[in-house]
Amino acid sequence: MYRYFSEIFSGLWSLIVGMRITLVEFFKPNITLHYPHQTVKMPARYRGHIELIADEEGKPRCVVCGMCEKACPSGCITLEGEKPEGSKKKVLTSYKLDFTKCSLCGSCVDSCNFGAVEYSKEYNLASTRKEDYHFDLLKRLEDRHS
Amino acid sequence: MTEPIVLQPDETFVLNVGPQHPATHGVLRVKMTMDGEYIYNAETVIGYIHRMHEKMAENRTYSQYLPNLSRLDYLSAMAYSHGYVLAVEKAAAIEVPERAEYIRAITVELNRISSHLVWFGAFVLDLGGFSPLMYAFDDREQILDLLEGITGSRLTYCYFRFGGIYNDIDEDFIQGTRQFIKRMRKALKMYRKLVTTNIILIKRLKGIAPVSVDMCQRYGATGPVARGSGINYDVRKNEPYSVYSDFDFDVPVFTECDAYARYNVRMEEMEQSLRIIEQGLDKLPDGPVNPEKKPKAIKLPPGDYYSTVEAGRGSFGIRIVSDGDKNPYRLKLRTPTFSNMHLFDEACRGMLIADALAFMGSLDLVIPEMDR
Amino acid sequence: MTLTFLNIFIAVVIAIAFVAANAAYLVWCERKGAGFIQRRPGPTENGLWGLLQPPVDGIKLMTKQLMIPGGVDKIVFIIAPVLAMFPTIISFVTIPFSDQIVAHNMNIGLLMIFVFGSMSAMALLMAGWSSRNKFAMISSVRAVSQAVAYEIPMLVTTITVVMIAGSMDLMEIVHKQGGGFWHWNIWPLQNGLFNVLMPFSFLIFFICSLAETNRAPFDLGEAESELVAGYHTEYSSMGFGLFFMGEYANIVIGACLTTILFLGGWDCPFGLFPGVWWFLLKIYFLIFTFIWIRWTFPRTTIYSLLNLSWKVLIPISLFNLLLTAGLLKVF
Repeated sequence: MYRYFSEIFSGLWSLIVGMRITLVEFFKPNITLHYPHQTVKMPARYRGHIELIADEEGKPRCVVCGMCEKACPSGCITLEGEKPEGSKKKVLTSYKLDFTKCSLCGSCVDSCNFGAVEYSKEYNLASTRKEDYHFDLLKRLEDRHS
Repeated sequence: MTEPIVLQPDETFVLNVGPQHPATHGVLRVKMTMDGEYIYNAETVIGYIHRMHEKMAENRTYSQYLPNLSRLDYLSAMAYSHGYVLAVEKAAAIEVPERAEYIRAITVELNRISSHLVWFGAFVLDLGGFSPLMYAFDDREQILDLLEGITGSRLTYCYFRFGGIYNDIDEDFIQGTRQFIKRMRKALKMYRKLVTTNIILIKRLKGIAPVSVDMCQRYGATGPVARGSGINYDVRKNEPYSVYSDFDFDVPVFTECDAYARYNVRMEEMEQSLRIIEQGLDKLPDGPVNPEKKPKAIKLPPGDYYSTVEAGRGSFGIRIVSDGDKNPYRLKLRTPTFSNMHLFDEACRGMLIADALAFMGSLDLVIPEMDR
Repeated sequence: MTLTFLNIFIAVVIAIAFVAANAAYLVWCERKGAGFIQRRPGPTENGLWGLLQPPVDGIKLMTKQLMIPGGVDKIVFIIAPVLAMFPTIISFVTIPFSDQIVAHNMNIGLLMIFVFGSMSAMALLMAGWSSRNKFAMISSVRAVSQAVAYEIPMLVTTITVVMIAGSMDLMEIVHKQGGGFWHWNIWPLQNGLFNVLMPFSFLIFFICSLAETNRAPFDLGEAESELVAGYHTEYSSMGFGLFFMGEYANIVIGACLTTILFLGGWDCPFGLFPGVWWFLLKIYFLIFTFIWIRWTFPRTTIYSLLNLSWKVLIPISLFNLLLTAGLLKVF
């Protein structure tokens, strides 16, 4: 009999304690971010899709060694380069990123010995067409510098 | 899967729970033969999200396979990468700087807390309480922000590299983590008051879904499920790897074998993880986080290698068979959820459907990890 | 005669409007309340503080296709949502909001509300049965056993109050409690009787009205993590909408009854300016408590629910009934 009543009262008490906690939370301020109206600043190390880095003249630093292409687990990167006449270094002619396959692992940036690729801070990426994510990074670099 | 031969009583019906059902948290399907509200027989059907992670390993170099490890168990991705890099480092005899090992331990434990917080929220949501989920996610958000600050990603970290880590931690992370420890201790007290001691929750979990020691051993259950049944086994204590032997922490073991015991094991584990993180931050040595000569193209000497770690859900084992090539010859992942889940078929017979789903929640299933 | 009929007709129209407005805006309140408890803003996008959300939701529900799945028992399937909504509207006819504001006062008003109130269990059973869905089936069976188990303590506590008031007329019950909060039935001491169990009776009545309205922590009928959506799994469009509104209308009825039986109806706590605003204040406070409870606790299971009813609520309420009868006889 004693256990019967003590269980009722301890049970009731635990419910009251729970309700007090939610009431306290009720009067606390909101903690959510109202997304389309407010946006987050990405941390410095945020890994977005990759972008080429330009040197002082606005030309890509890439030397077309192809390490990133090899390192990529999903084969998202295709790059081409050619040697202009009279020059020792190769010049980048196209750098294509298929972002639909990319899993943002960062192997490409890791593998680059020349510091030629970086992460962008872009995260608002949404589209209904697959082709929108076949990025031409060389063109994006030129657009940024012109 | 062969059909178990059962004599059906006249008045049973088959209830198809899943692959899309709110309680299965993923694409798991359970065919339940019901007698009224009681489960007569249950059969779990898996494979809806099989992505051939093991086969993919055979077509990739060792470092190309790193991102895959984060995609097994998206809630405690760090521990899985840890298991993999440990296996490869052991095989290729790569030295890891001490600082890197400490950072690994700290991040893995942070990740374990975040994983348990998701479980906590989702479990109480399974039981019908919504608000604890939101509070748990608020706390988890702090962890994700901290980890995002150092790794650049929120779930699929891909932070560990062979011989070290991707990036050193900074002062912000250390300060943030110390603050988080304080905050989390307060939050755990709040969860205790709001959920753990709640009479409704106790009535729902105490004595529900007993899993015997024998059953755990037969199915190879590990982690909180085994520890809730009184098996004192934690890879971090029993076969210390990395720098875990330097830390002073307890392994919570409950002998009640019921869902409430499994619940308590995980709640205790969060406190223990906080202790490990605190000690890790105190003891954190200076120095480099990567070996001087970064290993580039890794080729393992021919042989058979195995390493195991304690992930959020139990012991995660990884076996690599190498023939000396730059790709593994065969790679086998031993994931804890796969073993833990198969308890369900046997243990849920004769339960009410509500209890069975509470049982499923207490097993803490992550379906992509099971199907891999 | 014609006048009475017209009166009732107007009253029903007003009741429907009141119920619909309440149901729509209680959803908004529920979402806001849940939001604040979980430290998020709740609906904000439509209108100021999301106040336009209910009409927008209503339009959305109405413009959706009304799906009738193959193989259902069509007639029962269509009648069920109507039956879920209809009795609650009728119940409003006899609820006195204040001295003057009552559609049609009856001397057996309380009985009428209970008669119509138990019809909603019937609606759930019909919905679950006719849907030809196993989840809906289990849910409706649960809902009925729950309704049966909780009707008993609820009625027993109500009889206690009826014995004290000596009438089933809701106006009369409120009048008996008039003149300050110390006269309310919730307190142990009124009309010269000292009955310690009255606060517990209030609690029992409140718990029962939670269970009767299928609210958390007793929402076994629509336990969404177990039974997907329970009895209304197969309903779409306004079929679902009617169930939804019926649920909220039931909450309002439950709050009204609790207020009338235990909290003195439209009576002011300090004996001054009694009026409809006190009534509304009391019912909305109770409704807030409904919401608050829902977002705090996990769900019970069917056996602990039945245990609670048969082992705790019924014995205590029966004991209170005997005690009250004894006290009334002695004094």
